[in-house]
Amino acid sequence: MRLGVPKEVFPGERRVAATPESVSKLRDLGFTVVVEHDAGLGASFDDAAYRAAGAEIADAATVWGQSDVVIKVRPPTLTEADALREGATLISFIWKVANPELVERLVARKGNVLAMEMIPRTTRAQKMDALSSTANLVGYRAVVEAAAHYGSFFTQQITAAGKVPPAKVLIIGAGVAGLACIGTARGLGAVVRAFDTRPAVREQVQSMGAEFLEVTLQEDGDGGGGYAKEMSPAFIEAEMALFAAQAKEVDIVITTALIPNKPAPKLWPKTHVELMKPGSVIIDLAAEQGGNCELTVKDEVVVHNGVKIVGYTDYPSRLSGTASKLYGMNLVHLLTDLGGATRWNINQEDEILRGASLIHKGEVLPPAPAINPSPAKPAAPAAAKPATAAPAAPPAAAPAPSAPSKSHGGHGGHGGHGGASGEASPAMKWVGIFLLAAWLGLRFGVTPDAGANHAGTAAFLQHLTVFVLACFVGWQVVWNVTPALHTPLMSVTNAISGIILLGGMLQAKGDPLSAATLLGTIAILLATINIAGGFLVTQRMLKMFRK
Amino acid sequence: MNAALLTVAYIVSSTLFILSLRGLSSQETARRGNLYGIIGMATAVVATTLCADLDAYASLIGALVIGAGIGAVMAARVAMTAMPELVALLHSFVGAAAVIVGFASYLGPDDGHVGSRTVLLIEILVDVFIGAITFTGSVIAFLKLRGSVSGKPLLLPARHALNLAMVIASIVFGVMFVQAEGHTGLTPLLVMTAIAGVLGVHLVVAIGGADMPVVVSMLNSYSGWTASAAGFMLSNDLLIVVGALVGSSGAILSYIMCRAMNRSIWNVIFGGFGADPPPGAAKAAAAQPVGDVKEVSLDQTAEALRAAKEVIFVPGYGMAVARAQHAVQQITEILRKQGTNVRFAIHPVAGRLPGHMNVLLAEAAVPYDIVLEMDEINDDFPRTDVVMVVGANDIVNPGAQTDASSPIYGMPVLEVWKSKQVVILKRSRGAGYAGVDNPLFYEPNAAMLLGDAKKTMDSLLGKLRGE
Repeated sequence: MRLGVPKEVFPGERRVAATPESVSKLRDLGFTVVVEHDAGLGASFDDAAYRAAGAEIADAATVWGQSDVVIKVRPPTLTEADALREGATLISFIWKVANPELVERLVARKGNVLAMEMIPRTTRAQKMDALSSTANLVGYRAVVEAAAHYGSFFTQQITAAGKVPPAKVLIIGAGVAGLACIGTARGLGAVVRAFDTRPAVREQVQSMGAEFLEVTLQEDGDGGGGYAKEMSPAFIEAEMALFAAQAKEVDIVITTALIPNKPAPKLWPKTHVELMKPGSVIIDLAAEQGGNCELTVKDEVVVHNGVKIVGYTDYPSRLSGTASKLYGMNLVHLLTDLGGATRWNINQEDEILRGASLIHKGEVLPPAPAINPSPAKPAAPAAAKPATAAPAAPPAAAPAPSAPSKSHGGHGGHGGHGGASGEASPAMKWVGIFLLAAWLGLRFGVTPDAGANHAGTAAFLQHLTVFVLACFVGWQVVWNVTPALHTPLMSVTNAISGIILLGGMLQAKGDPLSAATLLGTIAILLATINIAGGFLVTQRMLKMFRK
Repeated sequence: MNAALLTVAYIVSSTLFILSLRGLSSQETARRGNLYGIIGMATAVVATTLCADLDAYASLIGALVIGAGIGAVMAARVAMTAMPELVALLHSFVGAAAVIVGFASYLGPDDGHVGSRTVLLIEILVDVFIGAITFTGSVIAFLKLRGSVSGKPLLLPARHALNLAMVIASIVFGVMFVQAEGHTGLTPLLVMTAIAGVLGVHLVVAIGGADMPVVVSMLNSYSGWTASAAGFMLSNDLLIVVGALVGSSGAILSYIMCRAMNRSIWNVIFGGFGADPPPGAAKAAAAQPVGDVKEVSLDQTAEALRAAKEVIFVPGYGMAVARAQHAVQQITEILRKQGTNVRFAIHPVAGRLPGHMNVLLAEAAVPYDIVLEMDEINDDFPRTDVVMVVGANDIVNPGAQTDASSPIYGMPVLEVWKSKQVVILKRSRGAGYAGVDNPLFYEPNAAMLLGDAKKTMDSLLGKLRGE
């Protein structure tokens, strides 16, 4: 299969979808790689390096027109989309809501389109998650830009010529980019504070060495699945008061709040800018979507009352080499999951590939069922009222709830937690079949002598109800068990199933020498061994688990 | 005491059982969960003793005391490495108890049950059938795990037909049983029980040793369903609820295990793993990576460990067999003291019981926060200096990713070969439980440290201490 890597044509874009390093990996996957002339120049890779890695160099028309797969960074222009060979596959960022016309043109090419921003943010997909890998770079670069515009040290200095206090940095929104900002700013020696509406990220913020700011009002901003939800007006007011107090103190503010496909929430009004000391710096990572700061101008540095407001949108391109390398590796992993050239298959059964498939065989697919928090989901509730105070993540990143798990690998895992909803449907089918069978059995199996039967059937159905409900409770509860505890779980359930003891007890009555009583007694004996053994051994095991 | 009070006690007890399972979801709450279970069970037993009009207290209390005594002794004596056996054995007790209760219910005075006798008889039938399968299946699983019966799958010719025939025969005798007048149905019921017992034996005998985690959790599930069936039979909601909880818990565990091996549950039950090599196997053998299996000495290993910054241990069943977990823990401690980042990678199906490795490492006092799951750690292998594979084989087999003819092809594995150096502790050069050759051994960065895992680990510990 021929895999094409065109040059990015968007003004100022210096990244490229494949580096010489990733080209050789792509070749290992069986692809014939064709790179457009000068495609890697912005990222400091020349044609010779690509040739050395085994790529062919060609012009744009060849790359677009003769490739089976085209990989790209930015969404293609309409002209580029039209140049795509019919039936070919395109892998790139698409941003379908912002680019409806592009999607139409791509449908007309009758091929497949995988949108990088639609890759589900599950654990398994982390290695292909370009949003996270980009957000990480953006966070780092944001601090570097802040340092460049700020007229002093980040770290405290006590010199013979006098004392310089440390820079105070406020980071709003602790997504991937926010956390990367914290790490970088801490590394330079600044005092870092961070704010997020979700108390759950407090631990992550603190583990990166920042202070986690809180409003006095108690309200949990967690909208489930790691997303921020819209806060009450009282909360927003308290939040604004907090920001105003911080504005007087801090030297650098980095805002990373974004609502996908909507203007960014205005968290830092003009009044707050005016409270800040001259010489302070605001880095607005939401500039592309209108900015979190009222005074932000896209792609420019504005100075208001001596405060510099930086509205750059091209952070990834400012680190084009590394950004290309990471993005290239994300693509290599994705193409590996696609089977490489030899076993190429856009398997719609695979949750990651299904999630990323925007267009499959010339047709726009309906949004994939959410496996884990999908980036699109929080947009709907948040969009209803733009006044939301939901610091999420920067432009390139979208909300970033799942990503921190990587940087905090120490957390105990929840292997099955994603399964509860996803796996329920086959179970539903079986329950349905079972109920149908039970109904049929009752309807046709036991019709004679109606009088006695009526009560019996009702009692049976009542038990059946209890049974089915209990199955669901068990189903829900057990999915949360961490794999490390599977053995104790099994021995506890084993002990609990000794409840059959009650059966023995109910039988062991009346004539002490009757068969029923004797059998009942044996049953009690066996079940009791089970209960005592199960619970005690579990106790023994659990005592051993310690941190 | 009256029936209302009994019902209340049962509701309390069911709630406690649910809280118990809930509590087991994390290490912090697990002990409380176990306690809830104990209280729930005590509530149920005491309430039943006091409320249901029982009279045979002597035999009842006698059985309770003796049973509790035996159980306590078993629990106190079992070695953590023998947990799978114990669990399987305990499952068999539930199965046996269910069968016995079924018979007792048939022979005893027919009073408690509301409704038609036919429904009751069918319920007895279901209870006895599942109970018998659970009983014999668990006994076989126990014997296999203990090594008394070979772990190799026994595959009779036409075994699917045989299973089907046995199920049909059970149904035929079941119908005879339901239609029999008075207590004359005992013979068909006994015959049906015997057939179900044989079916249980046959199902488990056909399953290979590497699939034991699935089998044990499946039997766990069965033991729940059989309790549920008994609940229907005795019109006892508590039995139904608890049985359903246990049943679905076991079913989920089986599902998780199967997913970890990239196989369907049907494949496990009816597949006979590692028995009939797929057609491509001969070709695969020809395409075997050429090269030598290298060996590494204790000194070299100790040297490598001392120099390493990142070390990952991959324990497998071999560590359990050799009881090497304590030595592993001590090595871990030494390495951690010198500043090495030591972690453990646990494959979901390592060992013979879900979560087996975690229990063993916990026993040896390895902190649970450095014990990671496959998904958490798989990406970290490329920047790991030394990977120590202790008694594991199939779960680190690169063939699962590259060799389409391998029987374990498609199973997610720990990608140890991506690290800088892999040391494989192994008794011999043989293949793993699945009988699949492991290309890992031929990788240039892999080397074998042959010998008993425990002895090797102990000597290695000595070398590391002696510096």
